[in-house]
Amino acid sequence: MKLTKLAIAVAAAIATATPALADLVFPSLSYRTGPYGANGIPFADGYADYFTLVNERDGGIGGVMAKVIECETGYNTEKGVECYEATKGEGALVYQPLSTGITYQLIPKATADGIPVHSMGYGRTSAKNGKIFSNIFNYPANYWDGASVAINHLLDVNGGSLAGKKIALVYHNSAYGKEPIRTLEELSKKHGYELSLLAVDHPGQEQKSQWLQIRRERPDHVLMWGWGVMNQVAIQEATNINYPMENFIGIWWSGSENDVIPAGEGANGYKALNLHAVGADFPVFGDIQKYVVDTGKAAGAGDQIGNVLYNRGLYAAMLAVEAAKTAQEIHGVAEITSAQMRDGMEALVMDAAKMESLGMGGFGPEFAVSCENHGGNGLGTVTQWDAAAEKWSQITDYIESDAEVLNALIMEDSAAFAAENNIEERCN
Amino acid sequence: MLYREAGDFKTTYGADNQTFPIKLDRWAYFALMAFLVLVVPFVITDYWANAVVLPFLIYAIAAIGLNILTGYCGQVSLGTGGFMAVGAYSCYKFMTGFDIYLPNGDEWVRYALPQFNIFFSVLMGGFTTALVGLIFGLPSLRIKGFYLAVATLAAQFFLVWLFNKWEWSYNYSASGQINAPTRELLGFEISGPSATPAATYLFCLFFVFSLAWLARNLTRGANGRKWMAIRDMDIAAEIIGVNPLRTKLSAFAISSFYIGISGALFFSVYLGAVEVGEVFGIQKSFIVLFMIILGGLGSILGSFIGAAFLVLIPVLLKNVMVAGLGWPTDIAAHLEFVIVGFLIMLFLIVEPHGLAQLWRITKEKLRLWPFPH
Repeated sequence: MKLTKLAIAVAAAIATATPALADLVFPSLSYRTGPYGANGIPFADGYADYFTLVNERDGGIGGVMAKVIECETGYNTEKGVECYEATKGEGALVYQPLSTGITYQLIPKATADGIPVHSMGYGRTSAKNGKIFSNIFNYPANYWDGASVAINHLLDVNGGSLAGKKIALVYHNSAYGKEPIRTLEELSKKHGYELSLLAVDHPGQEQKSQWLQIRRERPDHVLMWGWGVMNQVAIQEATNINYPMENFIGIWWSGSENDVIPAGEGANGYKALNLHAVGADFPVFGDIQKYVVDTGKAAGAGDQIGNVLYNRGLYAAMLAVEAAKTAQEIHGVAEITSAQMRDGMEALVMDAAKMESLGMGGFGPEFAVSCENHGGNGLGTVTQWDAAAEKWSQITDYIESDAEVLNALIMEDSAAFAAENNIEERCN
Repeated sequence: MLYREAGDFKTTYGADNQTFPIKLDRWAYFALMAFLVLVVPFVITDYWANAVVLPFLIYAIAAIGLNILTGYCGQVSLGTGGFMAVGAYSCYKFMTGFDIYLPNGDEWVRYALPQFNIFFSVLMGGFTTALVGLIFGLPSLRIKGFYLAVATLAAQFFLVWLFNKWEWSYNYSASGQINAPTRELLGFEISGPSATPAATYLFCLFFVFSLAWLARNLTRGANGRKWMAIRDMDIAAEIIGVNPLRTKLSAFAISSFYIGISGALFFSVYLGAVEVGEVFGIQKSFIVLFMIILGGLGSILGSFIGAAFLVLIPVLLKNVMVAGLGWPTDIAAHLEFVIVGFLIMLFLIVEPHGLAQLWRITKEKLRLWPFPH
């Protein structure tokens, strides 16, 4: 009896969840709980807040309101599947899975369903090759760009040569953490540095042995591909062995306030890559204050504004909105479908004037997406932590990655995917 | 009243020993089977298949497998996640053409088997896991109880480490992920993104049905009796002529076969892409163990009930709280933990032998109703 009642409740819940078709639907597969919740919250808040801003300030995108459907994944692939299936029928325009595992899962599924996926700065790197991956986008930069940008920055720091230098990579022992290894190996052939690899198992609470090894080998530079608690522990351990912080560079997922604050003063000078600008010194934040925060519509607790990962969520949402606008222009309709959204993403151009007009001048790199290139120009910047002021600051311009080395790797990996799945090249 | 046995005469031993001796039960079972095969495939949607039914069916196989080992043979195992990973990765290798590299002069030459059909890939996943399970079952001859649990825990960590480290196992892909390519069975796509929910559902249902049927018959035959003898008192079992080596190892092998099949289906049909540390971590071992403890140790029905409980309740709660009541997703996720945890405690206090026992008692009461002693 109870069971039938519950079943009816569920059936009713599913039935009432059917969409009002007039909205542009942007699902947000967020994780506000679980082991990476501390990082998932600011991203989800930034993502939701930008859409609220667009609705409140501009009356939606091209006159159509945007609707964000949030679904909690807890960074768990199985829950990710459930979220995808639950939201795709609601007219979802683009997915931002925010997890390597869920991205890999959605690459074939979303392609078959004709829905684009934007894995901004994560996911499968070779998805940059739009000839093979029709529906997957990873602009403005991917992990291999990140590895290359880090090496280019080190080249700058070391006066143009890394020959004979020792570089260690501390990485999360998972698909995500392994991504840069191939690139770093190829680049070591080119620049003549010596690479050592130190894997840290999930979740990364225990890194004593890795850092002992670093203390013994004294590498000139340490790169890190970490996420969640692993970052905090690594930075703490680095301070414990008095490793010079300015020689320690994290990927963009290892460079938020959550990662450095626990280590206190010791984290001063720690560097991290980024895809976009840091801080809240942009006109758009004034609008967020006025239209979102002051009206009480801020997502979550509203305490994350201006944090690195909040900005990333904001940036991802901005790119989605601009792609939607582009799609509306191309197809001349306001209520776009996911296929039209895909066309919009593929024709997206982000130039300085456009970002300026959005109140986000210089917030991200300039890039243009094309049928062949779904990954932008591979530009990244380096930021540095100032422990006394408790803020990140951008210390370089947008640095370009080594396209010559990367393109060969991308072609190889995407060709393997195409062969495995019998995909024919597009854009010819 | 309900469950009337009066007038239901059995004239053969076979009839007496059948799985559903009561007519009403039997008919309910036949009706359920007919419904599952004749109705569900035509109404199942992507959401129901991928979010509810497939995980339930696949976890049910894993739970039956672990129940054979832990519930029937009394050997505690925490290696389920690792064994599922073996099933998934060997299924992947057989799907994509199992290969070996042999030296030929200075070069390494690749020799590969042809790509297996998805059905046989899944089966091979099961057989490979049975072999691996056999090896990790060897310590069970010397150690028992908690110590064995720790030994199988070692298997869990070792296997996850292995599939993370061993590049051959994931065909040298850059990220270490494995992806299930599109594969067909009798002209229907079973794996890959465009497989229909009906096809994947029927494929899994076939495995669940045949494996559950096999398990039911194994456990009430000579093998099952030996397993239970070892579980109840191994020395006494040895004295009456049960060979502990063969009995324990057969339990490990058969249990691992089941778990391997569930891992293979989990990867190829359900998720489509797998990363070993995230999907087959220690949590998987625990959740399957919780399923059988909650459902009922030593009961096939219990495996199903336990799997249903831990797969369906969270989805149900999520739908009611987020879609139905419109609550914030994070509050719903936290409440879900609280409610599921509370229900587990409640049921274990009310009936320490699991939900299957609860059902057994209910049935007993229904037989006597309305004239209890």
